[in-house]
Amino acid sequence: MRDQAPLTQAAPASARKATRRRRGFLRTYLTPKQAIPREARLTLGIGSFIVILLLWTLGSGLIDNPLFLPSPARVVTAWIGMVQHQHFLGDVGWSTFRIVAGFLIAAAMAVPLGLLMGSFEVVRAFFQPPINAIRYMPASAFIPLLILLQGLGEDEKLTVIWIGVFFQLVLMVMDIAHRVPSEMLNVAYTLGASRWTVFYKVFLPATFPEVVDALRITMGWAWTYLIVAELVAAERGIGSFILISERFLRADRIIAAILTIGLLGLITDAIFAVIHRSAFPYVEKVHA
Amino acid sequence: MSEIRFVDVAMRFKTRRGEVRALERISLTVPDGQFACLVGPSGCGKSTLLSVAAGLITPTEGDVLVDGKPAHTPGADRGMVFQSYSLYPWLSVRRNIEFGLEIKRTPRGERNRQSSELIHLMKLDGFAEAFPKALSGGMKQRVAIARALANDPQVLLMDEPFGALDALTRQIMQELLTDLWQRYRKTVLFVTHDIDEAIFLGDVIYVMTTRPGKIRTTLTVDIPRPRSFDTLKTEHFNELRNQVVGVIHEESMKAVESELARA
Ligand SMILES: Nc1ncnc2c1ncn2[C@@H]1O[C@H](COP(=O)(O)OP(=O)(O)OP(=O)(O)O)[C@@H](O)[C@H]1O
Ligand SMILES: [Mg+2]
Repeated sequence: MRDQAPLTQAAPASARKATRRRRGFLRTYLTPKQAIPREARLTLGIGSFIVILLLWTLGSGLIDNPLFLPSPARVVTAWIGMVQHQHFLGDVGWSTFRIVAGFLIAAAMAVPLGLLMGSFEVVRAFFQPPINAIRYMPASAFIPLLILLQGLGEDEKLTVIWIGVFFQLVLMVMDIAHRVPSEMLNVAYTLGASRWTVFYKVFLPATFPEVVDALRITMGWAWTYLIVAELVAAERGIGSFILISERFLRADRIIAAILTIGLLGLITDAIFAVIHRSAFPYVEKVHA
Repeated sequence: MSEIRFVDVAMRFKTRRGEVRALERISLTVPDGQFACLVGPSGCGKSTLLSVAAGLITPTEGDVLVDGKPAHTPGADRGMVFQSYSLYPWLSVRRNIEFGLEIKRTPRGERNRQSSELIHLMKLDGFAEAFPKALSGGMKQRVAIARALANDPQVLLMDEPFGALDALTRQIMQELLTDLWQRYRKTVLFVTHDIDEAIFLGDVIYVMTTRPGKIRTTLTVDIPRPRSFDTLKTEHFNELRNQVVGVIHEESMKAVESELARA
C-alpha cells in the first residue's frame, strides 16, 4: 500500500549503523519495548540455541554418565538409530494421527458451540457454568477412568485429547465472539441486513482470525495430554516409546523423543502461521 | 420527501443501580433535506436518541416516524455513521462501500458503478482494493460515509463522526461533508461535541439539556450556503458561536454539579 508507514521497511545497513552510533549502544538495545535491529534479533535467537548446546555439552562432559545426561552427539546418534531400527517414525505417525483426529473432533464441536455461546446469552447461560467447572479438572486425571470405560484403544486416547482441548477452546472462542464490537453489527442492520445476514456476513468473519489463533494455542496443549495418555498406557506412540526407553535406561532415546515432540510442535505452529497469513492478509499486525 | 419525526420519545434504562432516565419527551422534526445538528453535554442521551432513530433500540415511550411511518426496527432507509468507523476489516474499501448494495442484491455492474463514483467523490481514488488497515482515520471515515450513502438512505444519522480525528483532518472532513450535502440534499441528523462544527454544517442546532435529555433550545443557522472555510471567519459566525457556547456552558455546568451531588 502506498501510504503505509515506511517504519516497517528495513533501512539500508549503513543508515542503521549510523543510527546506532548516534543513539549509542545502551539506548539501541536497552530501551523498553524498543525494536532492535533485525540482524541483532537473528543473532540472539540463534545464539540462544548455541548457548544451550554448549552448556549441555559441558554438563554432559562433567557428569560423564550417559545414564543421566547423554551428550548432544549421543542423542543425535540415538535418534538416527531409533529411526533406522526402532520404528520410531511409526510411533511418530501414530501420535500425529491421534493428535490430528482428537483435535479435529474437539475443534469441530468447540468452535460452533463457542460462537453460539458468545453471541446468544441463552446458550451461554446454559453451557458456561458446567464448562467452567470442568475446565479446572485436569484431562490427565480422567485417564484412569477412561481406561476403565473405554479400554486401552484409540478411542481412549482421543477422548483424553478431546477433554483437554474442548473445554478450553469453547471458552476461548466464546470470548472472541463476545468481543466482536456491537457497532460492527449495528452498522450492518442500518444497511438493511437481516439478523441472519448479520450473523454470517459480519459476525462470523469478524471472529475467524482470532479463532485460528485459539486453535493454534490449544493444539499445543493437545500434545501434552496425548503424551501423558501414551505414558500411562499405550502400545504405540511417542509416549510409549519414551516409557520403553526408560525401562532400558536409555536417557539418550528419551531426550531424542522429547526433542522430536518439540520439533513437531514447531512445525504445527509454522503451518498455522502460514494459514493465518494467507487467509487473513487484512489483519493488522500488532507487535507485542 | 423524507422527514424524520420524534414524537414524545422517552428512554429509560433499567440498570442494577436503578433506573437511568436518558431521554425525556423529545419531540422534534427534521424536515426533508435539512441538516440538523444535535449538541449537548456528555451523557445527555445524544447517542441514545440516534439509536432510537436508527431502530437499534426501542424507546420506552413515544415513536419515531420516517415519512409518517413508524420506524421500530432498523432499516436501509436510515443510514448510520459511528465515530468508530466500524469498517469491516476483511473487506476491501470497495466491498465495504458496496456492503448495503450487496445485501439488496444489486447487480454487480450497477454496484461497481456506484462504488466507483463514491470512491472518486470521497477522494479515495487508488484505494479501492486496499483493506481498511492501510487507511488513515480520515480515510476510514470517508469510507464509512460512502458506505452509508451508497445505500441511498432517506435519513442519514451521524454520531460524532469526526470526533476521533485531529483538528486539521476534521476541518477537511467538514468541508467535504457540506459539499456532499449540497450535492445530495439528504436529511441529516448529526451529533457533535464541537460547536464550530455544528454551526458550520447545520441548518438548525438543537441544544440538549443534561440528563434526562430534553431539547432546551433550537437555533437556526442563517449562514448562507454553499459554506466554505471562510465562513468560519465571519462576524456572524462568531455571534452564533457565542450564543451556543453560552447555553451549552450553562448545561455542562449543571451536568457537572449534578454528578458531584450524586457522588
Ligand atoms: N444500554 C444502556 N444501559 C444503561 N444505561 C445506558 C445505556 N445506554 C446509555 N445509557 C445511559 O444513558 C445516558 C445517555 O447515554 P448516551 O450514550 O446517549 O449519551 P451521549 O449524549 O451520547 O454522551 P456522549 O456525549 O458522551 O457520547 C448515559 O448516562 C448512559 O450511561
Ligand atoms: Mg454519544
